[in-house]
Amino acid sequence: MEVSRIRVLFLIALCASTLPGCALFGRGGDAPPEAVAPAATASDALGEPAADSPIIDPRVERREIRRTRIDTEDFELGAYVGILSIEDFESNAVYGARLAYHLTEDFFLEGTVGHTQAGRTSYENLSGSADLLDDDDRDYTYYVLSMGWNALPGEIFIGKNRAYNSAFYLIAGIGSTRFAGDDRFTVSGGFGYRVLPTDWLAVHFDVRDHVFDIDLLGKKKIVNNLEAHLGLSIFF
Amino acid sequence: MSRPLSLLVLLVLLFTASAQADDEPRKILIADPFIELHTGPGRGYPVFHVVERGREVYIIKRRTDWFQIRTDRGVEGWAPREQMIATLEPTGEPLDLEEPARENYMSRRWQGGVMAGDFGGASLVSAFGGYAFSDNLSIELTVNHILGEFSNGYSATLGLMHVFVPEWRISPYFTLGTGVIYTKPKSTLVQVEDRDDQIGYVGGGLQFYLTRRFMLRSEYRNNVIFTSRDDNEEVDEWKYLGFAFFF
Repeated sequence: MEVSRIRVLFLIALCASTLPGCALFGRGGDAPPEAVAPAATASDALGEPAADSPIIDPRVERREIRRTRIDTEDFELGAYVGILSIEDFESNAVYGARLAYHLTEDFFLEGTVGHTQAGRTSYENLSGSADLLDDDDRDYTYYVLSMGWNALPGEIFIGKNRAYNSAFYLIAGIGSTRFAGDDRFTVSGGFGYRVLPTDWLAVHFDVRDHVFDIDLLGKKKIVNNLEAHLGLSIFF
Repeated sequence: MSRPLSLLVLLVLLFTASAQADDEPRKILIADPFIELHTGPGRGYPVFHVVERGREVYIIKRRTDWFQIRTDRGVEGWAPREQMIATLEPTGEPLDLEEPARENYMSRRWQGGVMAGDFGGASLVSAFGGYAFSDNLSIELTVNHILGEFSNGYSATLGLMHVFVPEWRISPYFTLGTGVIYTKPKSTLVQVEDRDDQIGYVGGGLQFYLTRRFMLRSEYRNNVIFTSRDDNEEVDEWKYLGFAFFF
């Protein structure tokens, strides 16, 4: 009886000392050697979690920081409706689209495309003779690439509690006009007024003059086609 | 619910979920003694609120050099870039605005712009876009609209551009390329024949770094149009002034 208890204790102590030793073998580290514990603590040593884990773990998990991109809203896309007076060919409704890129708070680039239909000249109406242009040639389409300057930025006040951002701008550019079957180099300029009811929506009122050379009626001359339009655009 | 429909619903849900995740505004920490909030994105708009150091605010959006900010009390206003530079990420790092400014002028890769000039006596409207492989060398696509007294045309060219001293504010460059040109005589002329020809060019120019991400450019090209006739045609192309921006 006495012998077997001592044998059991001895075996337990052996296990307690050799098993962590095996673990040490695998790691090849220099953990503090396990004390050959007396029987009472030896069983505890077996059940204990690995005693070699340091109190402070220096390996800090790197935090994954996902930064949301700042939403830039420098582009403006919109459409407009207005009146374009074509020299010699009456005034008609004009429809167009606008894409603008705001470079700084003062300057912006703008591309516009517009379309209208030319009317009849006074000559055609009075003489009653053959038309100068057929219907296809009365299509009037233009594009302009321009640069604008927000000359007078400010606010407008509607009533007592409402203030809306606004800007009066000057704009000039170059482009092309397709009229009477030909493309013509066009210089365009004017001014506009922009009011922002919200941060992402703009209402425009624009006046432009489109100037180009035309030799449709025999002699080459410069024509000024004035346009006034009202437009809506959104910032994105 | 049929299968395609449920798939569609799932997709829509996924997209709205991702959109919402993207919409979460970026949080920053004020490091200046205070920043001023303006009513609009411009220096003329009045200051109506002040946020002091140590407060956390959210960036809602950016327009040109102005940032729309929401404070923890729900006040929304616009702050300029100069003040935003001094703000911090919640981690304590300075806020990175990913700015294409003078300091990263050299690391520009994409470039686009518009130029105007003269193409063998005709007016010229030109748009271009380019990608830089290295500091010196880039590939460039140019689309021209040629508006002459007797004919109109379009041309599209692809070429290489070598900037000699990219780190200088004003730098000359050399360009070489090829493309196609389409010419259409005006309808008022008698002999009307549309033409498609190949075109090759060699040229040079100057680029001038203006400010922030903007450049001015001026360019000359000597074009050779490989016509179907016996002689090739040579055309001088002057682009007097162009405006370019990089990002």
